[in-house]
Amino acid sequence: MSAETSLIKARGARIELAQVRKEYADSVAVDDVSLVVEPGEFMTLLGPSGSGKTTTLNIIAGFTTATSGTLTVGGKQMQDLPPHRRDIGMVFQHYALFPHMTVAENVAFPLKQRKVPKARRAEMVEAALETVRLGGYGHRRPRELSGGQQQRVALARAVVYEPSVLLMDEPLGALDKKLRESLQLEIKRVHQEVGSTFVFVTHDQEEALVLSDRIAVFNDGGIQQVGTASELYEKPQSLFVAEFLGESSTVRGRVEPDGDDSCLRVGDRTVLAAGRLAKGSAAAVVVRPEHLRVQPVAEPVGPGVNALPARVTQEIYLGSGRKLELALPDGTVLLAREQADRLSGVRHGDEVTVVWDVERGVLLDDASGTTHPPTSGDRIPVAAAEKSGR
Amino acid sequence: MTALIEIASPASGSRPRKGAGGRWGWLLLPAVALLAVLFLVPLGLMAWRSVTEPVPGAGNYSWFLTSDVALATLVRTLTVGAAVTLVTLLLSYPYAYLMTMVGARARIWLTLLVLLPFWTSLMVRTFAWVVLLQDNGVVNQLLGTVGLGPLQLIRTPAGVVIGMSQVLMPFMVLPLYAVMSGIDRRLLDAAQGMGARPAIAFLRVFVPLSLPGVGAGALTVFITSLGFYVTPALLGSPDQALISQQIFTQVNGLLAWGRGGAMGVVLLAVTLVLLGLVGVVLRITRTRGGAR
Ligand SMILES: Nc1ncnc2c1ncn2[C@@H]1O[C@H](COP(=O)(O)OP(=O)(O)OP(=O)(O)O)[C@@H](O)[C@H]1O
Ligand SMILES: [Mg+2]
Repeated sequence: MSAETSLIKARGARIELAQVRKEYADSVAVDDVSLVVEPGEFMTLLGPSGSGKTTTLNIIAGFTTATSGTLTVGGKQMQDLPPHRRDIGMVFQHYALFPHMTVAENVAFPLKQRKVPKARRAEMVEAALETVRLGGYGHRRPRELSGGQQQRVALARAVVYEPSVLLMDEPLGALDKKLRESLQLEIKRVHQEVGSTFVFVTHDQEEALVLSDRIAVFNDGGIQQVGTASELYEKPQSLFVAEFLGESSTVRGRVEPDGDDSCLRVGDRTVLAAGRLAKGSAAAVVVRPEHLRVQPVAEPVGPGVNALPARVTQEIYLGSGRKLELALPDGTVLLAREQADRLSGVRHGDEVTVVWDVERGVLLDDASGTTHPPTSGDRIPVAAAEKSGR
Repeated sequence: MTALIEIASPASGSRPRKGAGGRWGWLLLPAVALLAVLFLVPLGLMAWRSVTEPVPGAGNYSWFLTSDVALATLVRTLTVGAAVTLVTLLLSYPYAYLMTMVGARARIWLTLLVLLPFWTSLMVRTFAWVVLLQDNGVVNQLLGTVGLGPLQLIRTPAGVVIGMSQVLMPFMVLPLYAVMSGIDRRLLDAAQGMGARPAIAFLRVFVPLSLPGVGAGALTVFITSLGFYVTPALLGSPDQALISQQIFTQVNGLLAWGRGGAMGVVLLAVTLVLLGLVGVVLRITRTRGGAR
C-alpha cells in the first residue's frame, strides 16, 4: 500500500464498547464487556475457545446485534447502522472468499462498492496481492489455492481499501510457523502505514505479544484484564490471567492477615506476598518460573524470602538452561527455571527447598473455583514474554 | 447432453475425472441395457419409419419443413416450454429461498406442499384446472370481484402454461433448494462488511452462486414440458395444439407413422441444438474473467 495507491488517508477510529452483552436462547456469549480501543491502536483479543471473541468482533462489525450496551466508532453511535455503512474491514475466521469470483475479483469487490475507477482498481488489487505475496495469482479461483493462500487473499481484500477500523478473526490460524511469522510482520507494517485501528483475535499468545499494543484477555464471555503484554505478565489481576499467559507456579491456600503484607497459610507453612485480601478467603500466590530458586535443604534461608519444602520430579534441558518440576508435599506442582550459568546442583529425585523473594509473588483471589488452568500448549514461551516485558 | 451434466453439477464441485470410474463401469450395465431396450430401440425404430414410410426417402421431413401448421406447432411448443420455464422459475426462486430461511419444521411443510402435485393423478389435477379456469370458473369470478372482466383462460396457451407450470414446479423448486441450501450465508455478511448494500450483496453473491440450481431446474422443466400431452389437450385449444398432440393426431388419427416419427426426430434435434447453444453460452460466461 504505497502512498499513491491509498484510497483515503485513513485515520484510525476510536472504538468504544460499553456494557455490551449478547444473549442467545440458552447462553450468554458476551457478558458486560466494556473496552476502549484508541485510534490507530493494535488491540488483540486473546482467550480460550468459546470465550466470546468472535461475537465481540461481530458486534463491532454489525453482523450481530448486541442484546444491550452501546458501541461507538469514531464518536458515532453504531447500533442502528447496517454493516455496509460502517467502513469497517473484516477478515473472517472462515475466510469468506467468494467462490464464483477470481482472486482479483475478490480483492476488487470492496473497491467496486466504493466506485473506485477501473484502472485504479486493478493497480490497487495488484499492490494488495503483492503485500501478501500473491502477486500473479489474480486469475485463480479461491478453490485453486491452499488454505494459507486463501487466508492471505482474505487479508489482501480487507486491507485493500484501508478502512478506518480493521477487524481480524484469527487471520493466521491456518498458516505454518514461518509464513505466519512473515505475515505477522506484514500485518504490523500495514498497521503502521495505514494507521487504521486494528482489533485482532488470536489463540496464539506469542502472536499477541509480537503484534499488540494492548491485549484484552477474554474468559467466559467477559474481559478479565486489558493491558500491555508486560502489565498482564507481571501484574495479573486474576488467577485466570496469571495462568493463561505464560508459565506460572501457583500455591493455593487461605489468607491470614499479618501486618502490611498478606500472609497465606499453605498446609502447615505460611507464604508472604504483596497485596491484601479478605481474612480467611481462598487465595493463591503466583510466581513466574524464572523467579523460583531451588537450594539444598541444609542451606539457610535468607530474610524477605518464602521457602517451601519440595522434591524434584522432573528435569528438562532447555539449552539456555533447564526447567525443574517440583512437587510440594500436598502434590502441587511448581515450575522453576534456571539459567545455564546459574545452575544449582540439585538432581531429579532430590529433596530441596524452593524459595522466592516475597515481592515476586502476586497474591490473587482464588474464589473462582471454576477457572480451569490452561493446558500447557496455550502457554506463552517465557522467552517471548520477557522480551516484550521490557 | 454434456451440457445437461455440466449444468447440473454445482459450479464449485470439480467434475470427476474421465476414466476414474473405469473399474466400476459395469455398475452402469443394467441401466444402459434398460435404456437401450426401452428407449434407444423404439427411438431408432421411429427414426427408421420416418424415412421409410409410406415410401422410402426424406418425404416426411420435407413435408414437416414446408407445412406451416407443423412448423407453427413446433415454435408454439418451444415457446410454451420457455414460458413455463420462466413462470416456474419466477415462482420457485422465492419459494426455494424461503425454504432455506425457515426452521426445520416449516421447511418440512413447505417441501410437502411443493410435492403435493405428485400425490394426485395428473388427469384429476388437470380437470381441476379446467373447473378453475373455465369462463365462469372460480378464477374468473374472483377476477370479476376485483373489477377485471372475464378473461379467456381455458383453451388458450395461457391456460396451458398455468396448468403445466403447476405440474412442473417441483422440478424447479427442488434443485433450486438443493443448491441454495449449500450457499454459505456468511458470504453475504462478508459482502456487506465490504460496503455492499444488502440488495447488491444478494445480486452479486447469492444469485451467481444459485445459478447451477437455476440451470438444472430450467433444463428439467423445459425438456419435460416439450412432451406434455394431457394438460395441453384438456386446457388448450385444438387449433393451437402442441407437438405431442400433433404427433398423436398423425399416428393415431391418420396412421401416418412416418410423419409422426419425423416430428419426433425434429423435436429431438431442435432440443439438442438448443441445449448445445446453452452449454456454449454458459461455458463462455464461466471462463470469461477466469481465462489466463
Ligand atoms: N448463533 C449462536 N447461537 C448460540 N450460541 C452461540 C452463537 N454464536 C456463538 N454462540 C456461543 O457463544 C459463545 C462465544 O462464541 P464465540 O464464537 O464468540 O467464541 P470465540 O471466542 O470466537 O471462540 P473460538 O476461539 O473458538 O473462535 C460460545 O459459547 C458459542 O457457543
Ligand atoms: Mg472465534
